[in-house]
Amino acid sequence: MANPTNSFRTPLGRARGLGSAKLGAQHWLAYRVASAGLAVLTVLFVILVLSLIGASYEEVVATFKKPCPVILTILFLGATFHHAAYGLQEVFEDYLHGKLSKLVAIGLTKAAALVLFLLASFAVLKIAFGA
Amino acid sequence: MTDTPAAKRQRPLSPHLQVYRLPLPALTSITHRITGIGLCVGTLLLVWWLVAAAAGPEAYATAAGFIASPIGLILMFGWSAALWYHFFNGLRHLAWDFSAKMLSLQQSYSSANLVIGASIGATIVTWVLVFAL
Repeated sequence: MANPTNSFRTPLGRARGLGSAKLGAQHWLAYRVASAGLAVLTVLFVILVLSLIGASYEEVVATFKKPCPVILTILFLGATFHHAAYGLQEVFEDYLHGKLSKLVAIGLTKAAALVLFLLASFAVLKIAFGA
Repeated sequence: MTDTPAAKRQRPLSPHLQVYRLPLPALTSITHRITGIGLCVGTLLLVWWLVAAAAGPEAYATAAGFIASPIGLILMFGWSAALWYHFFNGLRHLAWDFSAKMLSLQQSYSSANLVIGASIGATIVTWVLVFAL
């Protein structure tokens, strides 16, 4: 271990990652930027859903064969499940007090969000590329 | 004051949730969380709808039939209201986080009222469109 006083590393570089949080505010900021993106996608997706009110099965399938609705839906699903997993993580961090229960709840939430995102995206792509 | 025993002193108590009427900014804050959790449940219906559409006409008819049923419509109404509330209150939080303005007590009350009004308005517009389309 080099003597910190004659190291070439800056004091900031040596201190980084040593705090209890390990990370800074990046995830906080990233969540907010992603939320702003989700807000835009939400408006577009609500318009897409409203355009499908009263549509037959064939019309819904025809819609999800067009590129824009497919890309919008998958983007919306990704942003939604990312937002949902992170939001539920904050809820668990606040209200679950056992270290293990918190870890398990957050882990299961993230796994469920990922599975649901893949399931719904696969369904959309199956319609898009299906016969 | 110093001669009364510590246990008998009249100390101010922090308000307990069960007997404390939440002020509007606190109410909008907890409602944001509750609607967020409700919307997480709502994503299951969205996933079901998409998977049913991919599975074929019979599965789609089941899902679409459930959504158009009275229970389905009540759930859709609840989710649309929750979505618009979470949407507008989310924008309020983004405005706070990115500008660090509008944070005074009076402004937090007026922005709370604005959010409630906007979500009621957007929910009504959404359902007018649902029945008009």
